[in-house]
Amino acid sequence: MSEASYPEDLLYHQEHDWVRFEADGQTALFGITWYAQDALGEVVFYDAPEVGATLVKDESYAEIESVKAVSDVFAPMSGEVVEVNSSISDEPGVINDDPYGEGWLVKVRLTSVEEKEALMDSAAYTEMLG
Amino acid sequence: MSANALLLTPLHARHGAAGARLVPFAGWEMPVQYVGVMDEHRAVRGDAGVFDVSHMGQVRSSGPQALDFLQRLTSNDVSTIPVGGAQYGLLCSEDGGVLDDLFTYRIADDIYLTVTNAGNHPQDYARFEEVAEGFDVEVVDAAHGTAMLAVQGPNARALLSSLSTEALPERMQAKTISVAGVEVFAAGTGYTGEDGLELLVQNEGALELWDAVVAAGAVPCGLGARDTLRLEACFHLYGNDLNTDRNPIEAGLGWACKEATGFIGSEAVAGFRANGTAQRLVAFSMTGDGIARSGNEVVGGGVVSSGTFSPTLEVGIGMAYLPTEASSVGNEFEIDVRGKQRPAVVRDKPLYRKADPSV
Repeated sequence: MSEASYPEDLLYHQEHDWVRFEADGQTALFGITWYAQDALGEVVFYDAPEVGATLVKDESYAEIESVKAVSDVFAPMSGEVVEVNSSISDEPGVINDDPYGEGWLVKVRLTSVEEKEALMDSAAYTEMLG
Repeated sequence: MSANALLLTPLHARHGAAGARLVPFAGWEMPVQYVGVMDEHRAVRGDAGVFDVSHMGQVRSSGPQALDFLQRLTSNDVSTIPVGGAQYGLLCSEDGGVLDDLFTYRIADDIYLTVTNAGNHPQDYARFEEVAEGFDVEVVDAAHGTAMLAVQGPNARALLSSLSTEALPERMQAKTISVAGVEVFAAGTGYTGEDGLELLVQNEGALELWDAVVAAGAVPCGLGARDTLRLEACFHLYGNDLNTDRNPIEAGLGWACKEATGFIGSEAVAGFRANGTAQRLVAFSMTGDGIARSGNEVVGGGVVSSGTFSPTLEVGIGMAYLPTEASSVGNEFEIDVRGKQRPAVVRDKPLYRKADPSV
């Protein structure tokens, strides 16, 4: 397992999701935080959305299962899925090993970029975790 | 202490120090995992692991009519347990519902020890006391003074042999021995599908025993791995696969019921055996994506009673009550997993069998 970390170049949602903006400022990668993967335990299955699916901020767009439990994944921002990290299907443990890198979940074309104002930076998210 | 305070086992401090994730379970605060369910599961399948199962209850029954008493109370034929032997049985209600599943050990001619599930122990003990009124038997609640360690895995015996100068009990046998200088009641039983022993020890000796077993190489394992291990082996979990609305016949536990002994509920069980049941408990594995969980409905009738991801088979597995006509091995069916229909197939029990079943 990786060590606890909350990179400063990401934005965070209270349901323990992160957002990494691409250079164009209109697309972003989503994933779950170190805290989320640690709480879940070893991930064994990622039920991904389809490319083209519409994501609505604060609503579930995927499921991640550990041995013990299933968990909804919430969209930190609204948009359309343009790419799914299909490599996770073969090796779901990558979500545990590298939650901010190889463990990204979807690439999204954002429909409401201003929604980022409601997200937290690393310091605020870390404070929320307490 | 508030009414809601969780009970702690004598090993609680060790779990915390080892970084275990602790969760409430049947009124106790228990470790669900130390490092991770997968690693702990594989340690038991490939080497040796140790579980704190001190939350489980114990009732000691002794006296001239101890046998007659247990024969009336529990479903199996207690008269066939030799001194130093062990037996699986059920506690049934008059209508044949399952109140608990139990292991009974015969310690001496007229002394027996019955291990109960933690969540059922208070009701079980009340029933022991109630039924005991008609017999010359003394029943004692031994739960709170007793800790219990399960040392399980293909190397569990070798590991324990290195800590004792005495011969270990064989499979399904039990005796008092000294392990690491601590007196234990050791039984060749377990609930993982691997060889191994369960050690009952007075609370005062529990830490010393745990430390010695861990120092000898047993991997501390939590309830998470205990659940995946028992489900691969298709052992029932009370509250999931067994409850008061389920009878032993539909649960596949007819083998643990000997109606001729006249146990409480035997007439009802005889009826279920003779007439058949509408549903049967089957083992299944998923044939595609997804992991079914307890409570998921089976499309066309039936319900999943236990479901998890199998670390050994690397697929979703479980047990489910299916309509009897749909319960044959090889029958394909679908489970409603959070609104998605996921395919599964009825499999032979157990889903996992250890390499050499003779040991």
